Amino acid sequence: MQTILELKNLKKHYATQKAVDDISFSINEGSIFGLLGPNGAGKTTLLRMITGIFYPDSGSIILDGSPFNPVEDVAKIGYMPEERGLYKKMKIGEQALYLAQLKGLSKHDAMQKVKHWFSRLEMESWWNKKVEDLSKGMSQKLQFVTTVLHEPRLIILDEPFSGLDPVNANLIKDEIYNLSKRGCTIIFSTHRMEQVEEICDHIVLVNLGKKILDGTVYDMKQQFKEHKFHIALEEAIQLAAHPAFEVLEAKDKEWTLKINDGYKGNDILRHFIDQQASIVSYQEILPSLNDIFIQLVEGTHATARAFQSTTA
Amino acid sequence: MNKTWIIAQREFLSRVQKKTFLLSTIGLPLLIFGFYALIGYFAASSDSEGVTIGVADKNQLLGEELVKDKDSKDIKFVFQPNASEKELILQVEEKKIDGYVFIPETMDINNHQGLRVNMGKGVGLLTSSKVQNSIESILEQKKLLSLNISKAQLDSAKKSASIEITSLDGKDNKNITSGIAYGIGFVSGFLIYIILFIYGSMVMRGVMEEKTNRIAEVIVSSVKPFQLMMGKIIGIGAVGLVQFLIWVLLVTMVQATLPAMFPEMGSSMQAMEAGDVPPPDMNSMQQVFNQLSNFNFPLIIGCFIFYFLGGYLLYSALFAAVGSAVNEDPQDAQSLMLPITLPIVFGIVIMMRAVNEPNSSLAVFGSLFPLTSPIVMMSRIPYGLDVVPLWQLIVSMLLLILTFILFTWFAGKIYRTAILMYGKKITWKELLKWGLKKA
Repeated sequence: MQTILELKNLKKHYATQKAVDDISFSINEGSIFGLLGPNGAGKTTLLRMITGIFYPDSGSIILDGSPFNPVEDVAKIGYMPEERGLYKKMKIGEQALYLAQLKGLSKHDAMQKVKHWFSRLEMESWWNKKVEDLSKGMSQKLQFVTTVLHEPRLIILDEPFSGLDPVNANLIKDEIYNLSKRGCTIIFSTHRMEQVEEICDHIVLVNLGKKILDGTVYDMKQQFKEHKFHIALEEAIQLAAHPAFEVLEAKDKEWTLKINDGYKGNDILRHFIDQQASIVSYQEILPSLNDIFIQLVEGTHATARAFQSTTA
Repeated sequence: MNKTWIIAQREFLSRVQKKTFLLSTIGLPLLIFGFYALIGYFAASSDSEGVTIGVADKNQLLGEELVKDKDSKDIKFVFQPNASEKELILQVEEKKIDGYVFIPETMDINNHQGLRVNMGKGVGLLTSSKVQNSIESILEQKKLLSLNISKAQLDSAKKSASIEITSLDGKDNKNITSGIAYGIGFVSGFLIYIILFIYGSMVMRGVMEEKTNRIAEVIVSSVKPFQLMMGKIIGIGAVGLVQFLIWVLLVTMVQATLPAMFPEMGSSMQAMEAGDVPPPDMNSMQQVFNQLSNFNFPLIIGCFIFYFLGGYLLYSALFAAVGSAVNEDPQDAQSLMLPITLPIVFGIVIMMRAVNEPNSSLAVFGSLFPLTSPIVMMSRIPYGLDVVPLWQLIVSMLLLILTFILFTWFAGKIYRTAILMYGKKITWKELLKWGLKKA
């Protein structure tokens, strides 16, 4: 797979803190990439550098094989910032047209694209309304449309689902999958782990301006798994001890077990089968990204607290 | 550049299409027009009906001359030589006449103490004073006659005794010219002062709106912050220019139609417009118009547009920088604006002096110093290139352009940093630091 974006030793220091401190990673074309981190980790600064709003103090950004040029490459990128912003008094159709033209589309192209997206997301009736007439979720939808309508190769979404009801969230999620299928690369910045697990192929976790984790969701779970298994039986049995595992938790017909070193999952299964137990389910318990996240970030106190307050 | 243009277009259209634009652009001149028209209507209506004054003048103190007086065409004097004062009062009460003059038999030309015109209700001040004037002038003539001096003799004596102040080349009537120059200078200096404030703060509010709406981040991911700032400044500048041109057009139209509707009001109004010339007798009006043609209007208008644009661009960049530094609280704007408004106010203060003494060193300084030059220079320009040497004009313009470039560059850097800065109160110290920071 081809790399669309590569960050090399990116640094950005403010007067009081190192917002981004030597971060490198690369993103494959067509993937859905998750950028995770607690508040204040430097995610937004990182994204602002990728979108050309900030210049890095040092390091380089390679987009599509050549150094990133904020002026030329604007059309390749669509950015939806965490803080949504639209002109409140401007008519919605005009606003979408305007933002598309700023991305470099001609007026004619912009009109076609806007119409296409508006009909696709059932927004045609909004054309002459003003943004101030929209609900929060509706304006979120509009913001999403204005982000993707110039068909950028790289779409950067900062917390795209916040404020959306499940129906609209699914609508947007489907669009994200669609865009990804058509070859768009999507960078997804969030601290909502369940979404990341569901959507993202590749994840980078940053904290205090540093990258602390980089890999696929599967790899990450494997890396942080605690060798726990869950087994459920049809009837309760008297479980005999076995050197392969320790019992962590026992409810009459269910057990949570931890495998000891040197044994495999099948050893436990065999032990249960030997005891004539009829097994309903048997599965490995993998840590959720949430657990991993908290485990990694917890040591750094201030940010862990910030994280809690946002999930609450 | 193309994107700056798109932004400017939006800024322009979104303002011009607003109802308030139409309201303020058309409404304001209409209001002024209506105001003038109302004054004109009242002044004219009280005159046009005319008044009838009963005159009981048994001794022929005033005599038939009264009727011939040229000023009294709206005033009808009805001679009732034998009427008593009581009868006249009765006639006023019955509204047969509007007022009366009762001249007792004891009065003659050398003794008319206590002679007065009694006016009924509803006679305007203007009319009353006309009646007074025509009676006084008759009295004056009669007195002169009694001294064996004719009116013609007196007029010629007055004429030969009056002197004129002229410029060295002798073609201008200095009194009137400098009066008009004063008027034009004052008005254009003041206009620039108002323009700087109105459109400067419009830019500031626009920037603040973008920042608090959080749309700034969306936009600057598409365009450079500098393009966004310049687009806004150019767009709003165009709004100002259009609005101004509409006003000029409307005022010209109003000026053109007013005299036709109210002939007398028109002439006196134009005299007032033309400068603080003491209001007219027809003769000096003529002179004012003659002198107007001596003014270099292409120069004045050209300079006005130059200083309008120069001053606007210079200050609006600063206003934009302040706007970008303001968070939610508009009160922050007040304190940040102070360093910008001070030089503008300073400018208007110098202008007040400069318009009287266009060659004083303060005026020269004010018209060269780029922060005040748009206001002060405009008050000197109408005096012509004799008073403002060409080198001063050129230096002033160059300085203004240079400062404009410098300030825009400086403000652009502040803007770039501040527009994405939230939740922190920003001081001028920090703004200066950002502006002076490299790269």
